[in-house]
Amino acid sequence: MSAEAVTSGRPAAAPRAITRLGALPRPARLLLVAAVLAGSLLTGVLIGPAGLTARAVLLDLIDALPWVDLESGLTRQQHAILWQIRMPRVALGALTGSALALAGAAYQGVFRNPLADPYLLGVSGGAGLGATIGLVSGNAASVPLMAFAGGLLGVALTYGLSSSVGGSRGAAVLVLAGVAVAAFFNAVQTFLQQRFDDSLFAVYSWMLGRLSTDGWSDVVRVLPYVAVGAAVVLAHRRALDVMALGDVEAASLGVDPARTRLVLVLAATLATAAVVSVSGLIGFVGIVIPHMVRLLFGGSHRTLLPLAAAFGAAFLVLTDVLARSAMAPAELPIGVVTAFVGAPFFVLVLRQRREAA
Amino acid sequence: MNPPVSPARGGSGRRVRALLAGAAALALTLGLAACGDDGDDEAAPAGASSAPAAGAGTFPVTVLSGPLDGGTELTIESRPEAIISLSPSATETLFAIGAGDQVIAVDDQSDYPENVPTTDLSGFQPNIEAILGYSPDLVIASDDVNNLVAGLSAAGVPTLLMPAPADLDEAYSQMERLGAATGHVAEAAALVAEVSGAVTSAVEKIPDVKGLTYYHELDASLYTITSDTFIGQLYAEFGLTSIADAAAAGGDQYPQLSAEYIVEADPDLVVLTDAEFGDVTVETARQRPGWDGISAVRTGHIVDLDPDIASRWGPRLADFAELIGEQVATLQPAAS
Repeated sequence: MSAEAVTSGRPAAAPRAITRLGALPRPARLLLVAAVLAGSLLTGVLIGPAGLTARAVLLDLIDALPWVDLESGLTRQQHAILWQIRMPRVALGALTGSALALAGAAYQGVFRNPLADPYLLGVSGGAGLGATIGLVSGNAASVPLMAFAGGLLGVALTYGLSSSVGGSRGAAVLVLAGVAVAAFFNAVQTFLQQRFDDSLFAVYSWMLGRLSTDGWSDVVRVLPYVAVGAAVVLAHRRALDVMALGDVEAASLGVDPARTRLVLVLAATLATAAVVSVSGLIGFVGIVIPHMVRLLFGGSHRTLLPLAAAFGAAFLVLTDVLARSAMAPAELPIGVVTAFVGAPFFVLVLRQRREAA
Repeated sequence: MNPPVSPARGGSGRRVRALLAGAAALALTLGLAACGDDGDDEAAPAGASSAPAAGAGTFPVTVLSGPLDGGTELTIESRPEAIISLSPSATETLFAIGAGDQVIAVDDQSDYPENVPTTDLSGFQPNIEAILGYSPDLVIASDDVNNLVAGLSAAGVPTLLMPAPADLDEAYSQMERLGAATGHVAEAAALVAEVSGAVTSAVEKIPDVKGLTYYHELDASLYTITSDTFIGQLYAEFGLTSIADAAAAGGDQYPQLSAEYIVEADPDLVVLTDAEFGDVTVETARQRPGWDGISAVRTGHIVDLDPDIASRWGPRLADFAELIGEQVATLQPAAS
């Protein structure tokens, strides 16, 4: 499907939905999404390796509401586990998931390529290289900043390379440039990893992705970037729909395709680089969630983008529940879980679509 | 981008120098007497059967290469005079048993004792041609990666494998095997006596406490060890159990723990070995969410430790044991 999309330059990202969910009235759809999101967040807060009973956690949550005073029976220690370790982790999972899914949907819309995602555009490769440099130089504190800078550098190189080679219109050239940049970054990163093999362990664990547990500080650190990036992307929902018609048509409708593309790529990269810098490389979310939403609800960007953000958040929070409880008290790398759970589910959805077609 | 080199801490440095002096003196006084009892002291474990008949060793000698269970016999024809060590632990032992003069090159991670002939050879990614460039007559490595053993043996160079030991006895056995392979049998026996003596006396100093737990942090993403590891075995000598043992069901000896589990498990002792990389210090670890309630933090039993001391199975095991002993000595038996 990629070859067709790349060569034809036609909008690839508007498959017919396999369900009638897209036809639901707006309030019903909102309710459904809110229920999924709330359910996953609650699951995330309730389940974990520390043996907090669901009843005590619920009581403690209600107790936190203003003007309610309940005795949850949690010790001070358990209270700290709930509010300082588990809650920030759920929040970070939600933020990371929604940022990755939203960025993926935006990239796919911008480049009219169903395979476009942070991996393919050099963002992840650049962030990985940045993080590795931070780790091998023995300065773990610099890792988020280095990953962020690397991610921006990656997408800038990809974009610059593609516009110098094939002009800004060629979606195929852009993806190819992204592959080249990612491969190059990967090579440098692997070289560094081998050269400074005593930090191999740290780099490896970052690569596999993990939701950090440093209290609320990481959440607070990435929140502004994700908020700004997401707001810009969401504001361009209509422009993306227009651009799906083709650059000439978009221009005639008053949308500057080149400029819109640049703004969207920057915004999506900002959000991606921010979450990658604290959570490591969590693959799969950016490509699978948008496709699932398209298959379930139809392909208009006006519904796709907000739904991708919501379902991305729910997906990552739930996979993180698996990551931290499947082998409890040992952890599984979340990147492993997202692919392990997501890939079969995705194939299932694809099959459904074929049968429905 | 300096590769993180661990500075030998003053205290441990002095301690090991004293230990070396002691070992040398012992070796001298024992002299040929050692051959009377075959260099076998009561601490000598199985597998050291290769100990030859003389304190200075005889050649050719056959030494067990690899793990105690499942190693292979390696024959060394004559006293090696051009040794390359690709294992920091082996390097420390070689210099502690007086074989330092026979060592011509050590890998990039070997940084102890001072003035070891560190090169850019890598033990993780060994390059056989680069190793052969030094014309060694014996190569010592911890693991057979990149077909190291086969490649070197094709060039006629024997390789002695000294992998991470399963327990303390295997660590001692490696010291003796290194002694046999290099012609320093008596010194090796003395070193084993010294180190095992230090461990035993550190253990004897502590009150007989049961049920205490520890958390030994390998890196800031909360990787740790279980009691099944060789490091865990040393803690076990002190009656300490790893909080990660519950996570060992999957057979993973180095599991990554959930932050909330560590808080709930409430360890009595926390040892951080990642203070050298990154930004983990005793102070920042204390600030972690929920950690102010952990027993170890409340009673001040949270320490950082040179990762080299806490991961190598050489002479500095004595320092490691001493440090754990100091911590356990002040732990209240009623704490858990």
